[in-house]
Amino acid sequence: MSLRSPLGRALGLGAAGHGTQHWWQQRATAVALALLGAWFAVCLLSLDLGDRAALVAWIGRPLNAALLSLLVLTAAWHSLLGVRVVVEDYVTGALKVPSLVALQFLHAIAAAVGVIAVLQIAIGGR
Amino acid sequence: MAVGNRPLSPHLQIYRPQITSVLSITHRFTGVVLAAGLLLLVYWLAALASGDGAYAGALAVLGAWPVKLLLFLGTFAFFYHLCNGIRHLWWDSGHGFEIPQVNASGWVVVVASTVLTLLAWAVALLGGSS
Repeated sequence: MSLRSPLGRALGLGAAGHGTQHWWQQRATAVALALLGAWFAVCLLSLDLGDRAALVAWIGRPLNAALLSLLVLTAAWHSLLGVRVVVEDYVTGALKVPSLVALQFLHAIAAAVGVIAVLQIAIGGR
Repeated sequence: MAVGNRPLSPHLQIYRPQITSVLSITHRFTGVVLAAGLLLLVYWLAALASGDGAYAGALAVLGAWPVKLLLFLGTFAFFYHLCNGIRHLWWDSGHGFEIPQVNASGWVVVVASTVLTLLAWAVALLGGSS
């Protein structure tokens, strides 16, 4: 006999009310990052990192700017999902919630700066 | 609640390290390292967007030897987390749970991430671009 209500079972969201959301988002971003990360690693190796003009021209191509923006956004999202669990596991007491909020802020800033930098280079004529 | 007085189960100092547990905690550790790597990527992009002077300054920082060593270790973290992440996705699809398979896939991840790290740095250094 299950103690769960029929509604609870139908919704399937579990005790925290989020269901498989965290798990699924982590997997979806993982697949995206495996592809974007492999692409970026190969590109980095074929580029001359000392030649800023060449790098700017490379980012100026629409597909590269798009994929690079997506890499920053997806990496920030996947990273937040991951380090959030690490904090939830190891940080206890009064520091826990402030740490989680600080991590959210840090990832939001990283994502925003990264995307804006790509856009500045791609369409801002940097 | 007297948290400090509860009996604890045997912990890290007691258990013999096994490839499964070592690779598992390494996956988490490299994930945290890559979170720092995200900040590095953003720093690099911001420097790139900020002009020649700023980018030259960033290159000087990234080219210093202690930083280069960290970048090398970071490259390993990247490839390890990538390879072991694919291993996790394979598990998520319901495959490879027998102990011999788990041990074998673990060693594949160790070898693949090491080879990819060395290969990437060989290309970077021999290409003369770093």
